[in-house]
Amino acid sequence: MIKLISNITYLHLKKIERCRLLIEVRWHGRGGQGVVTSSELLALAAIYEGKYVYHAPEFGPERRGAPVRAYTRIDNEPIEQHFGIYEPDIVVVIDPTLQTEVDYILSGLKKNGMLILNADEPYEKVIEKAKMNDIRVWYVNAYDIAMDIFGRPFYNTPMLGALVKASNIVNLESVNRAIEEKFKGRGKEIIQKNIQAVELANKEVKQYES
Amino acid sequence: MSCKSNRNGERRMSVKSRRIGLNGDTAVAYAAKQANVDVISAYPITPQTIMVEKLAEYVNNGELDAVFIPVESEHTALSAAVGASLAGARVFTATASQGLALMYEILWIAAGLRTTVVMALGNRAFSPNINIHCSHDDLYAVRDTGWIELIAENVQEAYDLTLQAFKISEDKKVLFPSTISLDGFILTHSLEALYVIDDAYVENFLPPKDPVYPIDPNNPITYGPLDLQDYYIEHKKLQDYHFENSYPRILEIFQEYSEFTGRTYKPIKTYGLDDAEVAIMILGSSAGTARFVAKKLREKGQKVGVISLTLYRPFPVDKIKEATKGLKALAIMDRSLSFGSPGAQLYMDVASALVNEREKPLLFNVIYGLGGRDLTPDQVEYVFKKAQEYAKEGEVKELKLWVGVRE
Amino acid sequence: MSELKSIKTLKDIPRKEQFAPGHRLCAGCGIPQLVRFTLKAVPDPKIVVNATSCLEVASTIFPYTAWKIPWIHNAFENSAATASGIEAAFRALEKKKGIKKPKIIVFAGDGGTFDIGMQALSGALERGHDFIYICYDNEAYMNTGIQRSGATPKGAATTTSPAGRVIPGKQERKKDLIGIAIAHGIRYAATMNPAYPVDMYNKIVKAASIKGPVVLHYFTPCPTGWYFDPSLSIEVARLAVQTRLWPLYEYEDGKYKINIMVRRPKPIEDYFKLQRRFAHLLRPENKWLLDDIKKDIEENWKRLLRLAGIEA
Ligand SMILES: Cc1ncc(C[n+]2csc(CCOP(=O)(O)OP(=O)(O)O)c2C)c(N)n1
Ligand code: SF4
Ligand SMILES: [Mg+2]
Repeated sequence: MIKLISNITYLHLKKIERCRLLIEVRWHGRGGQGVVTSSELLALAAIYEGKYVYHAPEFGPERRGAPVRAYTRIDNEPIEQHFGIYEPDIVVVIDPTLQTEVDYILSGLKKNGMLILNADEPYEKVIEKAKMNDIRVWYVNAYDIAMDIFGRPFYNTPMLGALVKASNIVNLESVNRAIEEKFKGRGKEIIQKNIQAVELANKEVKQYES
Repeated sequence: MSCKSNRNGERRMSVKSRRIGLNGDTAVAYAAKQANVDVISAYPITPQTIMVEKLAEYVNNGELDAVFIPVESEHTALSAAVGASLAGARVFTATASQGLALMYEILWIAAGLRTTVVMALGNRAFSPNINIHCSHDDLYAVRDTGWIELIAENVQEAYDLTLQAFKISEDKKVLFPSTISLDGFILTHSLEALYVIDDAYVENFLPPKDPVYPIDPNNPITYGPLDLQDYYIEHKKLQDYHFENSYPRILEIFQEYSEFTGRTYKPIKTYGLDDAEVAIMILGSSAGTARFVAKKLREKGQKVGVISLTLYRPFPVDKIKEATKGLKALAIMDRSLSFGSPGAQLYMDVASALVNEREKPLLFNVIYGLGGRDLTPDQVEYVFKKAQEYAKEGEVKELKLWVGVRE
Repeated sequence: MSELKSIKTLKDIPRKEQFAPGHRLCAGCGIPQLVRFTLKAVPDPKIVVNATSCLEVASTIFPYTAWKIPWIHNAFENSAATASGIEAAFRALEKKKGIKKPKIIVFAGDGGTFDIGMQALSGALERGHDFIYICYDNEAYMNTGIQRSGATPKGAATTTSPAGRVIPGKQERKKDLIGIAIAHGIRYAATMNPAYPVDMYNKIVKAASIKGPVVLHYFTPCPTGWYFDPSLSIEVARLAVQTRLWPLYEYEDGKYKINIMVRRPKPIEDYFKLQRRFAHLLRPENKWLLDDIKKDIEENWKRLLRLAGIEA
């Protein structure tokens, strides 16, 4: 018997026998912030754990600064479906200014889904709307983390660290391995800083409790 | 997670492989590198560009010992590829849409001169208006020109088919150029898990090219002479005969590769056809989406199936006849248009393949996905519903159906 | 705005804009200045033909357009051919129906000019169509993600001429576009640079006053493809002139004139170190290439002095 788990609450159960796990993640950010890289790193980490993935950047004629999205689909079985993700289980907003675009970021997010924000304090309207759909909100101040570690607002790896903590889709070790693979041409320091950013955000991310 | 599934996995594999994540373009470039190509002659065009960039990187870093010709246009890209191939080199090029259209003149020449060029197509819509996303205009534009056409459904297939394309093209019973199509963005820019063969094993399947009548000062040959009323038609008949005869050899190479890797390659893929009453026929990445929907409908007891093509030219007529037997209605889905024709390209292909069959399904044509419009499960479901309706009524109400279009 | 007028200072530039803001060209991009100046300097009526390029995709994303004058995009390689057709049609219509022939301006990138469009350009110049051809040169195919072109300078890293371990960036020189254009026997050709706006504006005015084909070659700083901070665009552009890498000169009816005489050139390293595409040239193992580039710059400058009849 194959059981379809689309309800995010099951994600916390580490051992699920004979499961079919299909998780769909949508990433929001702005051009140049590494939204696509976040999604790709998550996909690579999942591959290292023997899972199947479909990571798709969204492409338009947008340039630097325009809102962009990326999608990750993860499953324990080969993924055949090649259509877009319209009803994600998880939405990660890596750009802090986008959390005020409430309808845009919450669009299609499943009931019981999860929203992960880059924020010191989540925007109240987001919380309000999320509550109505039983969406759990997690948040982390990735700006501070990025400024501490990189001295520049690089949000992608901290937000990935936050996602891992909140959802448990993949292990931290796999994420770190993905970072090593992806940035191998860019030097040891870059790799270490990114791993540090992932781990720090992983520790600091909190679930919003009202 | 304890529930790993290795369906695409290592069964019967006689090679060592690694499981990695790549996007479609990089997977193709990686295969071309493993094929140890001698010459790359290509011009950037989205969504194929990553391939060219990757190959330039391999060459400039000394990871691939090949000459990269940074040509100034696609016309030159293919013209140079023809020259290099005739000189005996293993040649790779890639293009899409406008670039393919600019190559059109040379497509015929590359085939007629029996070159073994391998070309990847990151499928993209034709202008106007300019659009960088997926349509199958370019892959259909190749259909008459004498190229072998392979179509990938996912990144794994893009990689596998590239390796097979070199083997097929250079085979002495084939000697025609090949294209590998992968849907623009949906596959070219999307990352999936795939198995790549360890370098050491690639040569077992694909030894260095052994050119037939290469340019050789010691054995002077005239290539592409003036050929008038007294001979041209015989030469074309011969080319046609050879092209048709490449078909059984392609099937053998598919078989060989399947045994080599444990991943099955056949000219067509079928799903649910044992008992299906209606089916969808479709190309490229959407085949998986169609199967995804078919699976759900079958769970509800609906007898639906899916047919998709890995080999588009030569057109696998026998397999299509076989697969469509017993179907009551077949929706043929085209991601392209053929203005003023009885239907779009795949529809016309299938209709003429079946024309003399005594028993055949009702056929209708569905136009979808032009310029990258997403083919969603509800669109597919709608097509199945229409097919069931036509099957029940024994009549096709609307021969050309559009899905996913705003009114 | 229908008179041709050269200017003395920037203040003399007409205010009216025919290229609307809100397009998606990057911050710090050199293209908008070219387009705005050209539309101001060339009197109405006029038509723009645009090759596939950054400018084309960033200014016309349906349902928007930045163009307040007629604009046509046909394909990548054929903008000069498209312009030929338009010009010929207006010649016929002018004669038969008295329709006034507009000025026809082509904007094409370096890829659309030096490479894929060279054949169409050559044909149009040889046939002598009355049009202004402007190549905006950001020294690579930027729209498709920074691939090398025949205009990419020696040494530059692009995605198809990466600074590899074995081959450090592009190994070939930039083509001499102005030389090629002049060889067709056209009357006027010039180079332009956004750091010298008055010179640039007046060259466009001059081009518009000439009947027959003219070619203008514009230096387009590109922060995205050259990897520098967008606030440095004009600085980078000025250094290109001040290092003698991008001489500002014009050719008119057989005579060459150097418009900006660079007596004491700045070291080319000043220009290179601002842009990541050249970073590898400053590494010791690539000194041979840097020296080679310096030699090219020197030779080219001397060549121009000779052409302009100036003793070195
Ligand atoms: C026949 C053809 N080949 C390739 C392309 C893809 N393409 C579109 S724009 C472009 C590069 C343009 O470079 P350039 O002319 O320098 O303009 P820029 O993008 O730098 O502004 C390419 C390769 C195309 N549209 N048509
Ligand atoms: S990529 Fe370069 S040329 Fe293109 S719009 Fe951006 S800055 Fe301008
Ligand atoms: Mg350019």
